[in-house]
Amino acid sequence: MNSRLVSVMRKEFIQAFRDRRTVIMIVVMPILQLFLLGYASATDVKNIPIAVWDQSQTPQSRALLDAFRSADYFRIAYAVSSQAEIQSLIEQGSARAALIIPPDYDRRLLENNAQVSMILDGSDASVGATALSVAQLIGQSYGAKIVEEQAALQGRPMLSASPLQVRTQVWYNPDLISAYFMIPGVIGQLLFMITTVLTASAVVRERERGTIEQLIVTPIRPWELMVGKITPYVILSFVEVIEALIIGHWWFKVPVIGNLGLIALSSGLLLLSSLGIGLFASTVAHTQQEATVMVQMTMLPSIFLSGLFFPIDAMPRVLQWISYLVPLKYFIITLRSLMLKGAGLGTIQNQVIPLALFGFIIMGAAARRFHKTLD
Amino acid sequence: MNETFFIEAENLTKHFGEVRAVDGVSIRVKPGEIYGLVGSDGAGKTTTMRLIVGALKADSGECSVCGYDVKKHIEDARSQLGYLSQRFSLYEDLTVLENIRFFAEVRGLKPDEWLPRSLEILDFVGLANFKDRRAGQLSGGMKQKLGLASALVTRPRVLLLDEPTTGVDPVTRQDFWQLLIRLVSTPLHLPPNSENLGGVSRRDEGGVAVLISTPYMDEASRCNRIGFMKSGRIIAEGTPWQLRDRLTGRVLELRGSPLNVLRRAAHSDPDVEDVQAFGDRLHIRVREKKADDVLSRLKSRIRSAGGTIEDLRVTSPGLEDVFIALSEASNE
Ligand SMILES: Nc1ncnc2c1ncn2[C@@H]1O[C@H](COP(=O)(O)OP(=O)(O)OP(=O)(O)O)[C@@H](O)[C@H]1O
Ligand SMILES: [Mg+2]
Repeated sequence: MNSRLVSVMRKEFIQAFRDRRTVIMIVVMPILQLFLLGYASATDVKNIPIAVWDQSQTPQSRALLDAFRSADYFRIAYAVSSQAEIQSLIEQGSARAALIIPPDYDRRLLENNAQVSMILDGSDASVGATALSVAQLIGQSYGAKIVEEQAALQGRPMLSASPLQVRTQVWYNPDLISAYFMIPGVIGQLLFMITTVLTASAVVRERERGTIEQLIVTPIRPWELMVGKITPYVILSFVEVIEALIIGHWWFKVPVIGNLGLIALSSGLLLLSSLGIGLFASTVAHTQQEATVMVQMTMLPSIFLSGLFFPIDAMPRVLQWISYLVPLKYFIITLRSLMLKGAGLGTIQNQVIPLALFGFIIMGAAARRFHKTLD
Repeated sequence: MNETFFIEAENLTKHFGEVRAVDGVSIRVKPGEIYGLVGSDGAGKTTTMRLIVGALKADSGECSVCGYDVKKHIEDARSQLGYLSQRFSLYEDLTVLENIRFFAEVRGLKPDEWLPRSLEILDFVGLANFKDRRAGQLSGGMKQKLGLASALVTRPRVLLLDEPTTGVDPVTRQDFWQLLIRLVSTPLHLPPNSENLGGVSRRDEGGVAVLISTPYMDEASRCNRIGFMKSGRIIAEGTPWQLRDRLTGRVLELRGSPLNVLRRAAHSDPDVEDVQAFGDRLHIRVREKKADDVLSRLKSRIRSAGGTIEDLRVTSPGLEDVFIALSEASNE
């Protein structure tokens, strides 16, 4: 192998491990963040305000409402009488969910095929997730109770199917509702942030210290220097992905259904973007501080517009448009569908293609600038 | 006979916006020769060196190192070069040995070559005992020596040193120069397969060619040749002896008291061009062929002003005198 390349890599590795900041970023931060955010998102949400449109207005329907009331997850905050009211309450955020009981509820309950519908505001993922699962639980246990009662009262045989279906419908972001929603996001964000920050200082550091002048006059080629500088961080990043996957999978019990190869591939594509951004900042900035500030400017939109904490679909249009420029967004969506749903390449291609595109463009630009600074 | 030059710069020019940092500089350095670039701040010394090592692209002019054109064969040229930049710094978080290893390998030493060579060179500069110390914990002089060591580790045939001893204590400066002189006077040990590197055959090898810039005149006087730079040009060039010769017979040395009286008396003489204090004595530069006139006039002048003369005579000029004279001359 190219020995100049190897010696640049070796040097960068030594420097990375001697810098306490790097070690903390690579080893401690992932653990800290995973635990903080993993747990923060797993906390239960209580007293979710809901609106109720009871079109049936029968003892049976009121009994169902009691069942909802007695589980202290929900608080019946509004009784409404139209779809439009529900819409506006949820839009305002006054109600997080709405329960609609159809006019023929009592009759169909007797026929064992009653349906109520639950509309959920998915924009707050943890609330949405809780509401969804609780509503279904309530529906099931209430249904089971009715079956028992009927069997006892009328001597009818126990039905295997529940007489009551709670049909849920999630508004704004149908996919985001998952208890495991957070972990893939955190992995993406960590990967992105750490590699960007670390590479951002890679070139500036040489310029600030004056060592670049020495490097320029050696026979080293720009690409060797660039690849040599980046590779150690790529390796460290993959170590980090593995670390995060292990914690996520064995501690938080997040399923990793998808193909590990695809996870590696999409991580690689994200790295292309993050290393590109870091390298670019590094060639533009004059001091490490300047580079850090530049990188932080890309960090904010990446965290807020990537769907990490806040679902993109619930955002104002303008922000949604901007989010198309956020590579982390594509990655988080990809990683969520890979880890949780075991998606294949076909399903994620709509994310992977823009991610790759972004990565190649920014990396290309960074490489050009890198060449220039060495001239 | 055709002489071999390891550094051949012809009419180099470099502008930074309106500033003519280097303005038609030609320098030739032979193997075994130490060429000193001197000049005041901003004279263009650093820029000249950066042009030669190819860290900057010249606006015009030609330059070759060991026969390799810097524009066309930059990599070959650089493989012959050791360069210690003015703001040289090492990787402070790497140890002495790691620093040397890095520069050695990046400049093409094989995995089995770098260690013996590094140890040899560390021994040469006297850092062998510090090889495992972090560079950040070295003293200023030691850092400069390490810089020199990493420039030397590939045994370059051309060495460019930009103010290598600035801010280094006098004893270390002595050491440093001893090293340099040993270096240029020892013949190179070229690897056997380097017969025809850059068109310079092994027969021509006489040692290393060194281009050094320095603000210290005592250092300049140790060079084989000196180029005096001002505003991007070399306005005088020659051996220290030749340069001093320009002022032979024109510098008087005066000791006595009180100094301010002596100085005023000297200044008032029409044939005196310049008066400089060197510790307890004054150097008085006079117009050509006027030394004797000034000498006699000055004696009486000082006495009548109430000063006493301990010693007044024609002295051999120092380089410092020459450079002051040159700077002023080109200002007019
Ligand atoms: N990269 C640059 N951009 C703009 N101007 C520059 C640059 N480098 C040098 N200069 C200008 O070129 C001129 C020559 O500078 P140079 O550094 O070569 O001088 P020097 O003789 O090395 O001075 P010193 O003794 O202070 O090191 C100065 O006027 C300087 O301001
Ligand atoms: Mg300089």
